[in-house]
Amino acid sequence: MSKTGVFICHCGSNIAGVVAVEKVVESAKTLPGVKVAMDYKYMCSDPGQNLIINTIKEQALDRVVVGSCSPRMHENTFRMTIERAGLNPYRLEIANLREHVSWVHSEKASATDKAIKLVELAVAKVRRNEPLQKIYAEIEKRALVIGGGIAGIQAALDIAANGYKVTLVEREPSIGGRMSQLDKTFPTMDCSACILTPKMVAVAQNKDITLLTYAEVEQVHGYVGNFEVNINKKARFVSMTKCIGCGVCTEKCPSKKRLSEFNANIATRKAIYTPFPQAVPNIPVIDKDSCMYFATGKCKVCEKVCPAGAVDYTQEDEIITEKFGAIVVATGYDLYDHSSYGEYGYGEIPDVITGLQLERMINSGGPTGGHIKRPSDGKEPETVVFIQCVGSRDDAKGKPYCSRVCCMYTAKQALLLREHYPNSKAIVFYMDIRAAGKGYEEFIQRVQTEYGVLYLRGRVSRIYEKKDHLLVKGVDTLSGNQVEIKADMVVLATGLKPKKEAQNLAQLLHIGYDQNGFYTELHPKLAPVETQIAGVYLAGCCQSPKDIPDTVAQSSATAAKVGALLSKERLEIEPMISEVNPLLCSGCRMCYNACPYGAIEMEDTEIRRGEIRCVAKVLVSVCKGCGVCVAGCYCKAIDLKGWTDRQLMEQIKVISYC
Amino acid sequence: MYKVAYFPGCSLDSTAKEYGISTRLICKDLGIELLEIHAWICCGATTAHITSELMAAALPAMSLLQAEKRNLPICSPCSACFSRLKLADIDLKKNVQLRMDVAEVIGGEYKGTTEVLHLWQVIQKYGNLKPKKELKGLKVASYYGCLLTRPPEVCPDERIEDPQFLDNLVTSLGGEPVLRWNYKTQCCGAAFSLTKTDIVHRLSGEILKDARERDADCIIVACPLCHSNLDARQAEIKLNFSIPILYFTQLIGLALGYGYAELGLRKHFVQARGLLSLKGLL
Repeated sequence: MSKTGVFICHCGSNIAGVVAVEKVVESAKTLPGVKVAMDYKYMCSDPGQNLIINTIKEQALDRVVVGSCSPRMHENTFRMTIERAGLNPYRLEIANLREHVSWVHSEKASATDKAIKLVELAVAKVRRNEPLQKIYAEIEKRALVIGGGIAGIQAALDIAANGYKVTLVEREPSIGGRMSQLDKTFPTMDCSACILTPKMVAVAQNKDITLLTYAEVEQVHGYVGNFEVNINKKARFVSMTKCIGCGVCTEKCPSKKRLSEFNANIATRKAIYTPFPQAVPNIPVIDKDSCMYFATGKCKVCEKVCPAGAVDYTQEDEIITEKFGAIVVATGYDLYDHSSYGEYGYGEIPDVITGLQLERMINSGGPTGGHIKRPSDGKEPETVVFIQCVGSRDDAKGKPYCSRVCCMYTAKQALLLREHYPNSKAIVFYMDIRAAGKGYEEFIQRVQTEYGVLYLRGRVSRIYEKKDHLLVKGVDTLSGNQVEIKADMVVLATGLKPKKEAQNLAQLLHIGYDQNGFYTELHPKLAPVETQIAGVYLAGCCQSPKDIPDTVAQSSATAAKVGALLSKERLEIEPMISEVNPLLCSGCRMCYNACPYGAIEMEDTEIRRGEIRCVAKVLVSVCKGCGVCVAGCYCKAIDLKGWTDRQLMEQIKVISYC
Repeated sequence: MYKVAYFPGCSLDSTAKEYGISTRLICKDLGIELLEIHAWICCGATTAHITSELMAAALPAMSLLQAEKRNLPICSPCSACFSRLKLADIDLKKNVQLRMDVAEVIGGEYKGTTEVLHLWQVIQKYGNLKPKKELKGLKVASYYGCLLTRPPEVCPDERIEDPQFLDNLVTSLGGEPVLRWNYKTQCCGAAFSLTKTDIVHRLSGEILKDARERDADCIIVACPLCHSNLDARQAEIKLNFSIPILYFTQLIGLALGYGYAELGLRKHFVQARGLLSLKGLL
């Protein structure tokens, strides 16, 4: 007969306020196999844990049930407790009396009954608990960072600074991301490029960082400490080793119709190009879709003019496979496409532009050389209307969230406009001004008072395209008046949304994303950079919209977490995983197909002397213990350790006899 | 012949008689048989739905029920009637209690199997439209108004702020639509026509002025009230130009070779005869 100890926690008044703890203890004492039952105010506290340890020793207990909060909270705590008393840590069961009882019920008598039942179930289960042994795995001491914007750059630099090797993968031809497209940064108005480009160079020069641009992650296998990743290095058609970055090829390329992604489609680019002059690496790529040679077989101008003989039309995509211990996801954001806003012209009115397009105009490296010109006729705009919350806080467009940066970037752009053209007028339509960062509110005030930007609280109902101007109709809800503004240009503060391919990557990595497509952190407050997949971390706007300071802070936090993981000598893995009984396995592959983690292998095994069959085998370090294979197995050949059929049957018996 | 239950509504026998005349004329040509609903009653217009939800649903339901019994789709050329029929259809399908209440009032349950169409949709889907005379060189601004486009669930076009269907019709007749015209769904002043005429003058005036600014030769409409605001009030608005307002059915009629008087064009305040002769369409 087992000797089980039952320990019921009051959790202050959290549990004891609803559940009659003494009744639970009394009932537990009568259960088969229970040698002792007691309660205590805070079982997780030091005296509480000592109470458990001493009782185990005095009463020679071999199993423990703790009735307390959710096992997500303190299962590990109590496992370590009983381990200190000399028991196998897996001889523990938790009855969740807080989240499952006291926090969700208010009627005391029935809550107590439920608590009694839950403890009875835990006692029934613990009776069949086996002593499980911990599993250890090696750690590959290298990190992969996906995305080469400011988030990925900062994370890569910080991980390398901790002394670990990093591979930084960027899908575009250059690192730099969104920040490299910006002109000034709020609220300090430092030049974005001036603070970013040194970091880009630092990445390129760091001997611990391997930079893979124009590359994408295609497949991810493995688990924390041992990820195996396939990366597709797309054909650049320019040799990385031979190219000297002189730019003659771009200059001479006759194909110039393609809209420049880097310039937010307000200018064109060549078929062989670097996104911007400060690109890292400063090596062009040939965009196959717009190249004349690839379309017609004729041209080859770039090959002819290249002084280094670096152009190579025969290059092909190359898949490289590498192992990493940790993965940082920093894929960033896309801008909301305002073509769904019919009232603002379905994105078809030339002088209605996005904030990013204005940003490229103000930028001295941009296509207009730093001058704001309206796209329809190149005229300097006098009156510019800014509309905030386009694709943010708009349920009708399926974007209920706040994009967090638009209030600030609109204020910044209005300031730059006023600075650039002192005779211009800037009018901002806003819903609320959200300026919660350091120095942000002061910045907004300065924009309104010193720079005379007019803020109107209300929405724009419609933009009318007139012959040589736009007519903006809206409402000023503070004065209660309808307003009509004759404007030369309208700038939409389009919101942030996850990258189009973010969900595909989430599925490759098995990480979650929320209803808006942003990746889900493990805990919104206490684990903001971890994901539910151990060894995969988040940084930047792929997790939620954020500004540059927050992104950099989160990236450094992620790097610290990666450092903590990689600094371990070996990795402890939960032993609650599936196990195959080869004697019962028919080799039907149901489990193989069902497993979402690829943790099952089919292997020829000698199941009895002289009898070799192909049966399922669990890859110990890949299995997450989800139990899908158990449900799928017709032969009952697979069982989940810690959650065996036998244990669950004991619990079902308890339930069915009540 | 494509058979459809026809709900003309009150305007088409009175202020918008020419809309009714041109509708019947072209439908015969296009292979559409309009079967007028027997003893049809008022659609409820704006009055019913600001007074009582039950009345707003029950009045159109009488006509919907007739069409359903004969297993026919129902159509109306008037935007207001179409809007009321369509919204009643949507509400009755969604709200079981309302459906039961209405059934009690009108003495029969409308099950919601009738397709509710605007006349334009019938022509587009089932009409055999082959213009005899192309409307070459005629710049047409299509004015949709509010009832065809709002609320979004009644709008036959996905682009509710910039619908295209009438513009596409103009193109298919060989005419030249005024594209990206922002005033096409702007309010004309609607029922304020009688109570606060100054509002109509301002709103309809903006529409007319912008159409002229974009070099439109004429404006086409699909709503009797829009027509009366834009056409009958045009002289009062005191513009320094005049622009003919046609029903889209009249435009189709011209392309099918019908004459000026046949299509009831003489009934308009702003006569289109000069324009149409100039373009060689008469």
